[in-house]
Amino acid sequence: MTAISVRHLWKEYGDQIVLEDICLDFAPRSFVALVGPSGCGKTTFLRILLSQEHATRGEVLIDGRPIAPEPDADRGVVFQRYSVFPHLTVLGNVLLAAELAEAPLSGRLFGARRRQAEEEARALIAEVGLKGAEDKYPAALSGGMQQRLALAQAIMRKPKILLLDEPFGALDPGIRADIHVLMKALWNACEMSVVMVTHDLREAFTLATRIIAFERRRNRPEEAARYGATVAKDIEVWPKRIAGTRNPATGVGGSPDTPHSPGRDDPATSSGTGRDDPALKTA
Amino acid sequence: MRLINVRPDRGTALVLAILPFALVILAYVLGSAERLALNPDDKLLPSFGTIGDAIVKMAFTADNRTGDYLLWSDTAASLGRLLAALAISTAVALVVGVLIGMLPAVRAFLAPFVGMVSMVPPLALLPILFIVMGLGEESKIALIAIGITPFLIRDLAMRVEELPHEQLIKAQTMGASSWLIALRVVLPQIAPRLMDALRLSLGPAFLFLIAAEAIASDSGLGYRIFLVRRYLAMDVILPYVAWITLLAVLMDFALVKARRLIFPWFGAAK
Ligand SMILES: Nc1ncnc2c1ncn2[C@@H]1O[C@H](COP(=O)(O)OP(=O)(O)OP(=O)(O)O)[C@@H](O)[C@H]1O
Ligand SMILES: [Mg+2]
Repeated sequence: MTAISVRHLWKEYGDQIVLEDICLDFAPRSFVALVGPSGCGKTTFLRILLSQEHATRGEVLIDGRPIAPEPDADRGVVFQRYSVFPHLTVLGNVLLAAELAEAPLSGRLFGARRRQAEEEARALIAEVGLKGAEDKYPAALSGGMQQRLALAQAIMRKPKILLLDEPFGALDPGIRADIHVLMKALWNACEMSVVMVTHDLREAFTLATRIIAFERRRNRPEEAARYGATVAKDIEVWPKRIAGTRNPATGVGGSPDTPHSPGRDDPATSSGTGRDDPALKTA
Repeated sequence: MRLINVRPDRGTALVLAILPFALVILAYVLGSAERLALNPDDKLLPSFGTIGDAIVKMAFTADNRTGDYLLWSDTAASLGRLLAALAISTAVALVVGVLIGMLPAVRAFLAPFVGMVSMVPPLALLPILFIVMGLGEESKIALIAIGITPFLIRDLAMRVEELPHEQLIKAQTMGASSWLIALRVVLPQIAPRLMDALRLSLGPAFLFLIAAEAIASDSGLGYRIFLVRRYLAMDVILPYVAWITLLAVLMDFALVKARRLIFPWFGAAK
C-alpha cells in the first residue's frame, strides 16, 4: 500500500516560481489525473514525484517516509516521448525490466529463468496489444504502439507508483478507448497507485478516482514569474472507483465501469446514476 | 522545377559519380602524353605503361635484396601499426568517453583536460615520442593513438550526453545501477556511433601513420614513398598513393557495412 503525501511543495527555476505551496494526499491505490493549462507545471510535479527533479521547498512522503533522492524501481514512468529503448526489440524492451532487476552484474538472464521472464514479457506484450510485433524495433512502431510498449515495460517491473505524462496524447480516439480499457485493467490488477498528467478531461473522468487541476492564480505577464501554479480544483470522481473491485466475484460496491465509453462524437450515454458530468447526463 | 527537387535517376547518378574520376584520369593521360612527346625520359608524369611496370616490380617481383614483395610487406607493416593504434584508441576512448559522458564527477575531472590535450598538435609531439620511446614501432603507434584518441573521446562523450535523458531515468526506474545502465543502455547505443567516429578518424590516422613512417622507419607505405622520392620515382609513388587511398576507402566501407549489419536499428532510430 502506498500513500503519497505532498507537503507544502515549492518548485522554482531561478526567478520563476513554477509550483507554489502544493499540499496533496493521495490514498493508496488511487488513480489521480493531473490537468491544467500548458506550462503550469504538471510535468515538473511528476518529475518531482519521480525524483528526477527536487523540490525547492517542502517535501514528498511515500508511506510517511521522504522519497528516495533518485529514481528507483518503486516508481515506474511513461514519458511523453523517448520512453523506450531504440536499440532493443519490443520483446527486448520488456525483458530488460526483468534482466536489470535480476542480473546486477551481466544485465542478462539465461536458461530457465530467461524463458520464464520471456513468457511473462510475451504475455504482457499481448496484453497491451502488441502481439506479433515482438521482434520489431521501436522505430518500426507507431507512436501509439511505442506508448503501449512503454506501458508494458513499466508494468513489467511491478512499480508501486506509476507516473504517466500525457501517455496517450498522440493517439486517435479509437485506440485511446482501447488503451483506456487496458489502463483500467492494469490498475485493477496491479498493486499500484497511478498519477497521470493529461490534457483530455474526458480521459481524466474516464480513468481517474480523483482529478487535480493545477492553475496559476495570476497570469498577468509581469506577475507570472512570481506566482506559481496551485491546486485550483480537487475533484473526487463519483461514483467512487475502487481498485481491484471490478471482478464481480470479489467486488462489492464497485463502479459500473463500461469497458467501452462512447467516442468523442458518439451520442452520450448514461453511465450510471449520479455521475456529475453534464455531457453524460443529457442522454 | 526547383534545383532542390531535381533528383538524378540511378543511371545518371552512376555516370555523375564516375565523371570526376574519368576527368582526372583523362587529364593525366593527356598531360603525360604531351610531356613524354617532348621528353621521352620525363619522370614527372609517367605513362600508364611505366606505372604498370612499377606495380609489377613492387607487388609481384621479389626484391633482390630482401626477397620480400615490397608492396605487400609495406602494406602489412603499415596496417599493423594502424590497426594497433586504432584498437588502443578505441578501447581508451570507449572507457573514458562513456565515463565522461555518464558521470558528472568524471566529466568535471577529465573533460577540461581532454579538451586541452586534444588541442596539442600531435606532430609537434613526434620528436618527444622518438626521444622517449625510440624509433621503433611503439613511437609510431603512439603518434597515431595520441592523434586520434582525444577526438574519439570527445565525440563519444558528446554522443553519450546526447542520449535522451528520459532513457537514463527510465532505466533507473527499472532498477538499473550505473554499471547496468552503461552496459545495457549506453554502450549498445554508443557502439554504432563509435564506428562512425572511427570512420571520421581514419583520415587523420593515415596522416599520422605516413608522417611517422616518413621520418623514421625502414618499412611501410609512407617509408617507401619518401624513399623513392629521392629518385623522382613517380611511377612508384602514384600507385602507392592510390593504394593507400583504396585501403582507407575499403576500411571506411567495411565500417559502414559492419555497422548496418550489427546494429540494424541504428539507421531507422536516428
Ligand atoms: N529545466 C527547467 N528550467 C527552467 N524552467 C523550466 C524547466 N523545466 C520547466 N520549466 C518551466 O516550468 C514551467 C512548467 O513546465 P512543465 O513542463 O512542468 O509544464 P506542463 O504543465 O507539463 O506543460 P505541458 O502541458 O505543456 O506539458 C514552464 O513555464 C517551464 O518554462
Ligand atoms: Mg508536460
